[in-house]
Amino acid sequence: MRGKSGWGFHAVMAPLTLLWVAPMIFVVVVAFRSFDDITLHGASAFPRSFTFDGFSTALGTGSMGRAMWISAQVTVPAVILSLLLSSFAAYALSRYRIPGRRAILLTMLAGNLLPPQILLIPVSRVMESLGIYDTLGALVLIHVGFGLGFYTFVLHGFMRSIPAELTEAARIDGAGPVQIYARIIMPLCRPSLAALGALATTWIFNDLIWAITVLRTEAKLPVTAALLNLQGGYVSNWNVVAAASIVAAVPTAIVFFAFQKHFVSGLLMGSTK
Amino acid sequence: MTTTLRRVPPVVWVFLAVPAAVELGMVFWPALNSFYLSFTQWNGLGAAKPVGLDNFRALGSDEIFLGALKNNVLWAVGFGGLSVLTGLALAVALNRPRRGVGLYRSAIYLPMVFSLAVTGLFWRVQYQPDGTINTVLGGLGLGGWEKQWLADPDTALWAVLVAAVWRQAGYVMVLYLAGLKSTDPSLDDASAVDGASPWQRFRFVTWPQLRGVNTVVFAVTVIDSLRTFDIVWAMTQGGPYHSSELLSTYMFQQGFTFLNLGYASAIAVVIFAMALVFIITYLVRATKNEVEA
Repeated sequence: MRGKSGWGFHAVMAPLTLLWVAPMIFVVVVAFRSFDDITLHGASAFPRSFTFDGFSTALGTGSMGRAMWISAQVTVPAVILSLLLSSFAAYALSRYRIPGRRAILLTMLAGNLLPPQILLIPVSRVMESLGIYDTLGALVLIHVGFGLGFYTFVLHGFMRSIPAELTEAARIDGAGPVQIYARIIMPLCRPSLAALGALATTWIFNDLIWAITVLRTEAKLPVTAALLNLQGGYVSNWNVVAAASIVAAVPTAIVFFAFQKHFVSGLLMGSTK
Repeated sequence: MTTTLRRVPPVVWVFLAVPAAVELGMVFWPALNSFYLSFTQWNGLGAAKPVGLDNFRALGSDEIFLGALKNNVLWAVGFGGLSVLTGLALAVALNRPRRGVGLYRSAIYLPMVFSLAVTGLFWRVQYQPDGTINTVLGGLGLGGWEKQWLADPDTALWAVLVAAVWRQAGYVMVLYLAGLKSTDPSLDDASAVDGASPWQRFRFVTWPQLRGVNTVVFAVTVIDSLRTFDIVWAMTQGGPYHSSELLSTYMFQQGFTFLNLGYASAIAVVIFAMALVFIITYLVRATKNEVEA
């Protein structure tokens, strides 16, 4: 901190950062080693092999490839539906004089803050009675339902900051509520939608507890749940376990690097403002 | 502002009603059901049998539950305390723009984008008998400290905690970086001119300005620590001998492995009760922002 040259700063931060990323580097190295190399020389030995075996096993017999496709089928519709429905609610609550709108907004937010444990058992029962237990639709539905409150709250804050003159002018020109929503409000919300989209993608993709609550069939499990199953099946095949966890980490890491700015502003939404 | 809001056309009611109905069906109705179930005994077949407060009485003498409750308190303090300290220290260190800061920041909050399950497996690789931790200890001449970290009841909980903090610290850092950005740098400069030490400047100038962020960070970390499930499930499943059991993992086992649905719901209600204060704190803070905005 002191001294303008910054030598002291880098002397502390560089090793610290290296220590921070060391576990990731180690996992990457293990993932590219062969099983024989690891058994023979130990997992922490200097690598004497380079192979994609770990990855091909993880994606093939370890079924991470299939799980990845399932996760995509869950994450994409869940993110789109979440943002669509929450933008509906946020639009109604921010632009119209709905009685008790603040109470509604805070109640919706409170729903998102509940510990999921209080929902697990009844949610699996609700899915059964809807006849969708053990389907990907159920997983999409619970992700949308549980996330809505937070997304609505954030979008509401943003929509309220859009000047009333804009929508007023459109209204005088004869635009109805739906046109105003679609042509004026939503285009202006693009930055916060991007931020929430990046955030929602990682949350939904990374989820474990809802997947193991509403799904039973092993062949339907998304990435995180499949990863834990794989871990049970390849107990000491550290190269396979490491490769599989990298496969599971890559999509969110891509979202993170592609939307880094959005991602960070998304994290800050609804927390500090 | 209020005066410009329009009278509500029917289609707008639909806009509100659809998401509200989804949340009611997926969140509020299930939550109410959990409260009801917590006063019953049920294995999922037939009708739930009301048993009054029996489940809660049984919890009071359930050693595993009490252990999990104690672990959860330790977890909240350890996880919250360590990730806040680390995150705050990193934020202060990386606050001022200078060469390389962006790189350091990205590296430190990268783990946050991994799922807790991935984080758990990453660290299982480190903790295995010939993994990095033991190898480094051996290399430092501390071979006597080598352990089966996750298989030893004395260390399992703490081993998981380290992994969780590794992931959370970056998030806390981001929150504090935002908080620091909104502090007034001229105050800091002025006190530096007046000869205040860096610690004094932090303690008496910067820290008081972070009060708002502190509330949020505090509420968020406690809510997160009561929810903690995935990382424990991925690393130890609460074992060995329930030594790393948290309320959430115990609840899941009771509900989904043993099908003691009433009993599991009672544990869920306890988790809810513990989270309630912090949920309210967060909501009050959110309302304040609404009013100020």
